[in-house]
Amino acid sequence: MDRVLGDKKAIFIFVFPAFVLFLCIIILPIIFSGYYSLLEWGSVGKGTFVGLRNYIELIVNNGDGFRESVLNSVILAGLSVFVQLPMALAIALILATGVKGEGFFRSTYFIPVIVSTVVIGHLWMKIYNPQYGLLNAFLTNIGLESWKGEWIGSEDTALTAVFVPLIWQYIGYHMLLMYAAIKSIPQDIMEAAKIDGASPLKTALSITIPLIKPIIEVCVVFAVTGSLKTFDLIYVLTGGGPMHATEVPSTLMFNTIFHRNMYGYGSSIAIFIIAECLLFTIVIQRLFRVKGET
Amino acid sequence: MNKSKNTFNAKKISIGKILLYAFLGVFAFIQIYPFLWLVLFSLKSNNEIFGGNIAGLPEAFLWENYKTALVNGKVGLYFMNSVFVTAVTIVITSIISGMAAYAIERMKWKFSKVMLVMFLLGMMIPIHAALLPLFIFFAKIKQLNSYWSLILPYVGFAMPMAMYILVGFLKGIPKEMEESSLLDGCTIYGTFTRIIVPMLKPAIATVSIFTFLSAWNELMFANTFISKVQFKTLTVGLNNMVGQYTTQWGPVGAGLVIATLPTLIIYCFMSNEVQRSLITGAVKG
Repeated sequence: MDRVLGDKKAIFIFVFPAFVLFLCIIILPIIFSGYYSLLEWGSVGKGTFVGLRNYIELIVNNGDGFRESVLNSVILAGLSVFVQLPMALAIALILATGVKGEGFFRSTYFIPVIVSTVVIGHLWMKIYNPQYGLLNAFLTNIGLESWKGEWIGSEDTALTAVFVPLIWQYIGYHMLLMYAAIKSIPQDIMEAAKIDGASPLKTALSITIPLIKPIIEVCVVFAVTGSLKTFDLIYVLTGGGPMHATEVPSTLMFNTIFHRNMYGYGSSIAIFIIAECLLFTIVIQRLFRVKGET
Repeated sequence: MNKSKNTFNAKKISIGKILLYAFLGVFAFIQIYPFLWLVLFSLKSNNEIFGGNIAGLPEAFLWENYKTALVNGKVGLYFMNSVFVTAVTIVITSIISGMAAYAIERMKWKFSKVMLVMFLLGMMIPIHAALLPLFIFFAKIKQLNSYWSLILPYVGFAMPMAMYILVGFLKGIPKEMEESSLLDGCTIYGTFTRIIVPMLKPAIATVSIFTFLSAWNELMFANTFISKVQFKTLTVGLNNMVGQYTTQWGPVGAGLVIATLPTLIIYCFMSNEVQRSLITGAVKG
């Protein structure tokens, strides 16, 4: 038996395709990206090695409003954690208490999550349309004509306008994760709380939330890294404009590489995004651990 | 005294309940209404939308918009490309991840643990990192504007999650069946295809749903690697089409509806499976 399960040739045949693909699609490209980021390189010819100069240009000299783009993505991360997640948690807590139509509500809230972000982007573009969009029509109907705006077309409102659909789309996702975690809490714990006369709010605060802390941690990591990497919706809605008002690192990276043909410089933004995501993941995990001990 | 207190409580609860359902209802409305609005304007004419009927029901259902989107807007072509790319991605991901997961979880070799850790770390890598190097690579081997330039990266980035789901599932399958099959003299390949694969079916379903969603909705690779109309998938194609029909809302709406339909149909029939597969994907150690 062990001989069959240790058959080198069979192992090779089973693992080889996955390994080669993983190597070529994920590992090697990352190494190359890291290398490119150290080059002064347009799109033609060979680049010249310049060490960390691209990073210095980005971070210290703040080339192309890089710091503003990072700030935008960090604001989004903050909104996700402090607006999106609490809403998701509240809804998950309500649904898990066993209201009628639990399954219906859960399935409905989840629909925006599975719809393509490109579709959502074009849909919100129509919602924000200044002349015929849903939002301005709604404001007119309730008598708030003075509030009508250009939304994604104006520098002042564009950032808020792209954040709303971003937050809206993934509430259902976090809700679902938290809901599943709440449902997996052993029933007798909840029963005991009920017998002791704890109010629903008290039960939520002192029993349910502490017990689902691991999944809250996962949600925070997803919300933060998802925000830092965000691309599709902003690319479709504004492409980073107007006047870079909605620029985030991903859109800046894309434009730098493919519209301005700066391969080396653009790669340093890509590496920055990866490093930033890893760093935040580690920090969040640490924070949860420290909190868990005290 | 006691009695009146009870009725007061009962009343308070029912008011609370009403508020609760109102809140849930309003929230459901917010999550779903934009899509209903999309379906409505996909059936309207420009005259109607620009004439002030923005949110209401269409006066006449203009199904022609769908024809315009599918044929003139080429959404039909983009749709078929998306179906092809997504289907091949799902099949390849399932096969090669299934084989590797089996070898890693069940077979005995030195580096199985290292290999597993390596694959799982792949879940942390955003596609940003691979975009430019893969673009240069595909340009060099003259494979930009081909289905493979999308399928291979999609499989590569779907594999870590697939591996995670499959290895986890394999751990829960008792070994007796495959052991007796091997003792009966069946080869390891035969055991894999005849014993393991049928048992893996639920996990493969989860993997397929996950892979479907990520491949069907992917934009960044598709936008970068494909510039020829004949290979465009829905996400890139829609950008095109919207640009072409900026002032015609009906066909744009129709295109967006068509692009969403497969996802919604799958969701209607398997909403629990879809939700479960996304939960499984998130709850990693």
